[in-house]
Amino acid sequence: MNTTLDSGRAPLLQARGLTKHFGAVTACDAIDLTIAPGEIHALLGENGAGKSTFVKMLFGALEPSAGSINWQGKRVEIDNPAAARRLGIGMVFQHFSLFDALTAAENILLSLDTDEPPSSVAERAREVSNAYGLPLDPYAHVGDLSVGERQRIEIVRCLLQDPQLIILDEPTSVLTPQEADRLFETLERLRAEGRSILYISHRLEEVKRICDSATVLRQGKVVGHCDPSKETAASLARLMVGDEVEGARRQPKPVEAGRRPLLHVKNLNRPAAHPFAVTLHDIDLTVHENEILGIAGVAGNGQGELFEAISGEATQDQPSVIQLCGTEAGLLDISKRRRLGAAFVPEERLGHAAAPNLPLSLNLLLSRHQTDGRAYIGSAGFIRNSALARAAARICEAMDVRKGAADPAASSLSGGNLQKFVIGRELDRSPSVLVVNQPTWGVDAGAAARIRNALIALARSGSAVLVISQDLDELFEISDAICVMHHGHLSRPVPIEEATFEKIGLLMGGSDASEPGILEETA
Amino acid sequence: MLESILITIATAATPLLIAAMGELVVERSGVLNLGVEGMMVMGAITGFAVALSTGSPWLGVLAAVVVGAAFSLLFGFLTLTLVTNQVATGLALTLFGLGLSGMLGEGFVGRPGVKMANLDIPVLSDIPFIGRLLFGQDPIFYLSILLTISVAYFLFSTRAGLKLRAVGDNHASAHAQGINVIAIRYGAVMFGGACAGLAGAYLSLVYTPQWVENMTAGRGWIALALVVFASWRPWRVVAGAYLFGGVTIGQLHAQAQGVGIPSQLLSSLPYLATIAVLVIISRNRRLTLMNTPASLGRPFVPDR
Amino acid sequence: MRLELVRRPRQSALFSVLSPFIALALTLIAGAIMFAFLGKNPVTALYYFFIEPLLEVWSLHELAVKAAPLILIGVGLSICYLSNNWNIGAEGQFIIGAITGSILPILFPEWQNAFVLPLMLLMGMLGGAAYASIPAFLKARFSTNEILTSLMLVYVAQLFLDWLVRGPWRNPEGFNFPESRNFHADAILPEILPASGRAHWGFAFAIIAAVLLWFVLAKTLKGFEVKVIGQSPRAGRFGGFSRARMIMFAFLVSGALAGLAGISEVSGAIGQLRPTISPGYGFTAIIVAFLGRLNPLGIVAAGLVLALSYLGGEAAQISIGVSDKVARAFQGMLLFFVLACDMLIHYRVRLVRSPVRDATAFEGVEKNA
Repeated sequence: MNTTLDSGRAPLLQARGLTKHFGAVTACDAIDLTIAPGEIHALLGENGAGKSTFVKMLFGALEPSAGSINWQGKRVEIDNPAAARRLGIGMVFQHFSLFDALTAAENILLSLDTDEPPSSVAERAREVSNAYGLPLDPYAHVGDLSVGERQRIEIVRCLLQDPQLIILDEPTSVLTPQEADRLFETLERLRAEGRSILYISHRLEEVKRICDSATVLRQGKVVGHCDPSKETAASLARLMVGDEVEGARRQPKPVEAGRRPLLHVKNLNRPAAHPFAVTLHDIDLTVHENEILGIAGVAGNGQGELFEAISGEATQDQPSVIQLCGTEAGLLDISKRRRLGAAFVPEERLGHAAAPNLPLSLNLLLSRHQTDGRAYIGSAGFIRNSALARAAARICEAMDVRKGAADPAASSLSGGNLQKFVIGRELDRSPSVLVVNQPTWGVDAGAAARIRNALIALARSGSAVLVISQDLDELFEISDAICVMHHGHLSRPVPIEEATFEKIGLLMGGSDASEPGILEETA
Repeated sequence: MLESILITIATAATPLLIAAMGELVVERSGVLNLGVEGMMVMGAITGFAVALSTGSPWLGVLAAVVVGAAFSLLFGFLTLTLVTNQVATGLALTLFGLGLSGMLGEGFVGRPGVKMANLDIPVLSDIPFIGRLLFGQDPIFYLSILLTISVAYFLFSTRAGLKLRAVGDNHASAHAQGINVIAIRYGAVMFGGACAGLAGAYLSLVYTPQWVENMTAGRGWIALALVVFASWRPWRVVAGAYLFGGVTIGQLHAQAQGVGIPSQLLSSLPYLATIAVLVIISRNRRLTLMNTPASLGRPFVPDR
Repeated sequence: MRLELVRRPRQSALFSVLSPFIALALTLIAGAIMFAFLGKNPVTALYYFFIEPLLEVWSLHELAVKAAPLILIGVGLSICYLSNNWNIGAEGQFIIGAITGSILPILFPEWQNAFVLPLMLLMGMLGGAAYASIPAFLKARFSTNEILTSLMLVYVAQLFLDWLVRGPWRNPEGFNFPESRNFHADAILPEILPASGRAHWGFAFAIIAAVLLWFVLAKTLKGFEVKVIGQSPRAGRFGGFSRARMIMFAFLVSGALAGLAGISEVSGAIGQLRPTISPGYGFTAIIVAFLGRLNPLGIVAAGLVLALSYLGGEAAQISIGVSDKVARAFQGMLLFFVLACDMLIHYRVRLVRSPVRDATAFEGVEKNA
């Protein structure tokens, strides 16, 4: 199986039979992987394939249940991240491992095993960041920085340790296309310096573009090694997913489709509710019947705040700011907005869309006790458990939710299955307006396709659908038009026929001359 | 007159300062230990009993520190190793401490205690007015100032302090960085326990050298409130502790003068002041959110 | 060797039932050790503590007298704790309820008729609820920490009661003792079975309250709301439930029940106001709530157990000469064990031998599902 060592040089790192069990679940099953010096090696696999678990073992953050690691030909035990760093392994985490309350320099200092004063660390950080074109302010508090800036801190922190191997876990998932390009330049420079990079991704195009070799994981097992430049995106996808997964198909809107606006947001302003929140400025948007409007943007630009404002979790001062199906709803709370025919799916599945320890049937009640009250709640407020259980079973059936028990707690479902349930719960009502934040975040390919198709089907049946997503591929797949959020401003919609990655990417970075509002903000 | 009032304010403030400083370190590491009252009252009875039976107040203090730390270890084992709810476990610690100290202290009720002698620093204590106030106090008073300086230095100027703050800010990130979250928290919790024990011993060996059941009278809880009031900054704890010392002594003097206000109402002033202070602080939501250690009170189970 | 917790895929139903019993057993073992240290025969001591009080009918009545406030307060607290509101000031709400409930018999002793008692109970509930509404309002309006405010108010209530019975409400015919006047016959909560012992209707109120709240929690939308907001405030908001209203609801219900407990205790068991009317019922009820696993029916059983520890303390003091303070130490210990054992519901405990790789699991009784 080991095909990557054509260069004949001694491998930098070799993992042999690396295995990790979590209780009864095997996250990684005897994984072999070899990284040569000076190569960018891709670790490919869809969500839940075991990529993150595997690299955490390489970095000493998780303890392998079995298997061995060789570093520069010698067998090593990597008990903790400090040991990994001593060997020369650095890691840039997907969900950054930074401390919001500390400064950039303090964050960097924590991962260095020296007793340097913060000022000298700050100085070195500045040097490294200038050398690699990753500008950062060492004295800024991380909590105040954007995701792109945070990633720079992580990379600079990693580089200060002069690593031989840098592990990057889904680094582009939080970047605009242009920021990703700059990252690739940095990575190529590092490769030229003779360092190796283990690049984790499920984005095939970028793997094809920058990686020298690839290892593909599926369900915790290695299913192949290959040279990505010699593969097609389709062949890589087949390796990753197994069977051919049918992508969502956006049929063009019927020409004679109605254009009645069902969701209308007019001049929405919302001050930041807490120190880490984003202020919303003058947001206007309209979603018509039969239409899916996508909202792109880098995380933390006000998408969550916009969702709360539309859902009514945060209400407005003026009734006219939000209109649902022709009714002014700005003053109404979320239950009343639901009764007007709207439905909502927030980004966070556990703890926002669902109460973790309650069974699915009661989680069904969570969003529907006001809209279908009489079906599920008897006189004097008694809950009709059997009706709820039947409805929950119906939704699981319709969305193919796989579960271990008849009515399990929400937290016992996998992310993809819970997301299918949460979306199915709203679709089951046939809402006139559906607002979804990150519909397929962290969801496996099969579930994602099912969810996207369901959203398209809902729109084609006459509803208005608003999809907020960081995943540009997804938005291009399903939207009829795309707006971009940046710093709490929303761009005008770009019809899908005119939208390109380039154009949307520029808007995500906040720089497009045709959008005066955005220019003011970045100036 | 004013000088003696100021000196007594220092005596009333010192136990609050010590207990709150310990809890500040605990909370900075992300752990909420509501058992300060229980650890403090255990420190009070231990200090009193040991000092009485050995004749040495210093042995009493030492024993109180050890018992306070041991008691906090119990809390640490439950919340850190067994991941129990921190609020409930802290309450348990307080209830257990109050019960156990009452049981152990039964034979000591009404017996005259050992008072720790003042430590006058030569020359300096003769400076008019501030001399006695700053340099003619009991030894633990000096210790409390030293403690404040050390905690402030530790938290903001040492690598270990940085790690502790990092753990309190985001324990998952700290774990991913290879910082031993649980070990640091055990250390912080035990430091807090030792401080609470010391504060308790101060009550029964300096403030009022005797043993009375429940003699802490809510001071452990006030110390907890002081940490919030100080928004987790060591020097603001000093300000808060002396403010409360002032209120306590002020109402005692008012009682002694017989100002015509019922003594019970005056006695309830420190408690009412605590509520008032908490309300004032919490009204500024931005300040609270910016300063509260982000992991405070959240359970942490490392994945291995 | 080190201890490692493995999260169960779902809560263990077995340990949800077993854990309070394991905790009780561990407390008894620890108690036996404690008695041995005190130089008493552990078996005799435990017998006097936990068996003897159950052997006489009058003593069972006393059990009911002590259990009544514990259960009343405990079920109220369960609503608070389930909804993540940490009311630890029930002792203060108990005292204030006792005071407001006593207004009629103390200030208007001549007004004697059948309306007095119901009005007293109502006023007691209102007083307790009003006092609980202070920390609730501060939390809902300013996010002030309710743990500290509710507790501070306990001290204030105790001092207020002390002032009342030594000052304005002191019995004019009471030889300067710090006591209020004795309640007249119409203001006394009657005994349930006067022939056999002292148990008063407070115990019946406790059972009624427990059953009622069990229904609310287990079967109604309100109970659902309590649980959702307690588990996840954001999910609660998404469900359209108001956090502020839940704070008020939880505190008002628990305050009213604590107030009812207070006035029942004063008018049923004591018959007048004194500087101290509670041996810490409001705090012991916290233990009761957790031992009952925050389930109102479980709390009935837990209230009886903790009431027994009070009685046992008194009995043991008389028969073997250990302090009745032992009971308080027992109670605190019990809460520790309850909390530690509840962990078994969510986690499996494994003992791992270092070096790391060969983990051995001690999985207890249950097979991993």
